[in-house]
Amino acid sequence: MKETEISKHTISVLVENESGVLARVIGLFSGRGYNIESLTVAEVDAVHHKSRITVVTSGTPMVIEQIKAQLSRLVPVHKVSDLTLSGPCVERELALVKVIATGEKRVESLRIADIFKARAVDATNNSFVYEIIGSTEKIDAFIKLMEPLGLSEISRTGVAAISRGTLTM
Amino acid sequence: MAERIMNGSEVVLQALADQGVEVVFGYPGGAVLPLYDEIFKQNRIRHVLVRHEQAAVHAAEGYARSTGKVGVVLVTSGPGATNAVTGLTDALMDSIPIICLTGQVPTHLIGNDAFQEADTTGITRPCTKHNYLVKTPEKLARTLHEAFHVASSGRPGPVVIDLPKDILVGKAPYLEPAQVQHRTYNPVVKGDRADIERAMALLATAKKPILYCGGGVINSGAQACKLLTEFSRMTGVPVTLTLMGLGAYPASDKQYLGMLGMHGTYEANMAMHDCDVMIAIGARFDDRVTGNLDFFSPGSQKIQIDIDPSSINKNVPVDIGIIGDVGHVLEDMTKVWKAKQYKINAKALDGWWKEIDLWREKRCLSYKQPKDVIKPQHVIRRMHALTRDRKTYITTDVGQHQMWAAQHFGFEHPHEWMTSGGLGTMGYGMPAAMGVQIAHPDATVICFTGDASVMMNIQECATLKQYHLPVKTVILNNRYMGMVRQWQQLLHGSRYSESYSESLPDFVKLADAFGFTGLTCKDPADLDAVLQQMLDIDGPVILDVAVDDKENCFPMIPSGKPHNEMLLGDETNEDQAIDSDEGMVLV
Ligand SMILES: Cc1ncc(C[n+]2csc(CCOP(=O)(O)OP(=O)(O)O)c2C)c(N)n1
Ligand SMILES: [Mg+2]
Repeated sequence: MKETEISKHTISVLVENESGVLARVIGLFSGRGYNIESLTVAEVDAVHHKSRITVVTSGTPMVIEQIKAQLSRLVPVHKVSDLTLSGPCVERELALVKVIATGEKRVESLRIADIFKARAVDATNNSFVYEIIGSTEKIDAFIKLMEPLGLSEISRTGVAAISRGTLTM
Repeated sequence: MAERIMNGSEVVLQALADQGVEVVFGYPGGAVLPLYDEIFKQNRIRHVLVRHEQAAVHAAEGYARSTGKVGVVLVTSGPGATNAVTGLTDALMDSIPIICLTGQVPTHLIGNDAFQEADTTGITRPCTKHNYLVKTPEKLARTLHEAFHVASSGRPGPVVIDLPKDILVGKAPYLEPAQVQHRTYNPVVKGDRADIERAMALLATAKKPILYCGGGVINSGAQACKLLTEFSRMTGVPVTLTLMGLGAYPASDKQYLGMLGMHGTYEANMAMHDCDVMIAIGARFDDRVTGNLDFFSPGSQKIQIDIDPSSINKNVPVDIGIIGDVGHVLEDMTKVWKAKQYKINAKALDGWWKEIDLWREKRCLSYKQPKDVIKPQHVIRRMHALTRDRKTYITTDVGQHQMWAAQHFGFEHPHEWMTSGGLGTMGYGMPAAMGVQIAHPDATVICFTGDASVMMNIQECATLKQYHLPVKTVILNNRYMGMVRQWQQLLHGSRYSESYSESLPDFVKLADAFGFTGLTCKDPADLDAVLQQMLDIDGPVILDVAVDDKENCFPMIPSGKPHNEMLLGDETNEDQAIDSDEGMVLV
């Protein structure tokens, strides 16, 4: 890859689940001027108090290398893994999408939801809340199609990601 | 082992004692009164009362850098902690191991805007290597021991421990250092053998090699400095040092090219520009060192050794990166070099030295000392000459005087040079000198400062007096913020906006007011005698030397210029301006 080419990377960070750890990670990105396109965090190991942070970021290869090195040297960080480089991985996001509409638009939104395998998890006479799970691109496409059909509110989780096959962090 | 239960303050002092701490630099206040009470009751740990919390951190930095140990600071909550922020940032930039204990309001008041509450961990997160807020007594001892491990291992740095008052007062269990192991932080010290072998194979092909060494060598310790000297002598490779690295290699050695960078020597910068193999050792390619990155050492293959993986490939892409402690890596480099019986092409190396000798002939640091006015460089040179047979430590403030001290005082040993490199903190010099003098009571400790910088922590004169610290403060008084004036002259059409030191105090009277000696000197003929007089006084002295007020610091690589476009003093007369918009936006 060219030194100046900007590419998107999904980075998983295994951290101690202690107070302030998320602030450290976010502060590092804002303080050093790195991009955050998406960020998710939750505890994944209650016994050993470990949380997993997944960051989607972009930059030149040198910047991506810096991001990983900077993350690795934070004291409460156990491990940093670049899922984009380490092989194929699964990336999923969940979105809740509220559509307020009646008549033909309402029916059309249901039809599209069906194609995208989105579920209606709440319904009233003039609204739906759809739950959709998939890649960021799929969710983007779904939202775009809902726009003219009464799209009124979105809540997205950000990306969770994991390597395919037997590879673990 | 059975847990011992004590009160929180006792736990803190026990942990400090078990970590080998001898002295704490601090300033009391409401939130830390329980700790001060405990300090009062014991005599294992000495407390040095500074007069401003920023100075406490700089003093601890001076202590740490001159001993290789961890420096310890104790301040109260709120303003005590915020006053320490500049010092912490300074220590972070220059990789100095510091433990800073800050008081905090009791845990049940945190978040309530209580009196003297500040979000200390929030404020200090970006200016520490790590920080802790101790919320439960069970975590207290563990946190203290962990903090020492974090501050002193890997790339050293400052660590803050925020201590709520109820934790200091309540009961808490004590753990010995040996009972605490860190779960995540265990930096690599041994370099990768294959990378080291590749690096030595590359060096063996070099025709114009150079060793570019920084503060990491000093942080690695005296043994690493010795290994560096042996390695360079064995291979015949020239050595240049960064501002932070001065003393890592003897300045009098014939293979030493002097300091590099913005105010480095002509020969060091030209050699960096023209070399074909560069080994960066514990140095981080700071912008003050590289100049314009687009033109930085264009023809060289680069090897970088650093304990901090994030230093490698940060500003300058390198061909071989070796992560590890400089001392360990140098040892392995020496072994590999000998085992493989490598030799640098003698003919090529000879040619390289001939080129270097031509650059040296520029004598880029030379100056003329006239009869009527003292040149600032001359003060540094004379001081160096007069202190050769004493154990001498130098601290500086920030500005032209700092660069002249770096250029003209030949440092032969590590740990004898303390300066604020990365942050460039005016006000560093005098408190740092205090810390050095506390650590080395019998040594000569000299602070070279400027008329503007000295005012930034002048209150520490009282600390010097209280503890009979015989620090010799030498003001190179040009009545200007000289470095600012120099940039204004060269980059801003000689419009000296707010850089004149108006209303300076009478420094002799000032010293007198604090209860010690003040001296002045303005005649070049008196200089040696006054310096000697100062050195002979058993106590603190401030010496105000009136120096040439328009002297500029050269050589200089203007911001945004490559190494081989250095300005040398003689070519740049009074009104020669640097014509560069790009340089103007850079710092
Ligand atoms: C705390 C702080 N404020 C401002 C600066 C910017 N600055 C760098 S050098 C300098 C002038 C220093 O003047 P002086 O101490 O007299 O030293 P000289 O350059 O004259 O030797 C200033 C203001 C700084 N480095 N640190
Ligand atoms: Mg000045």
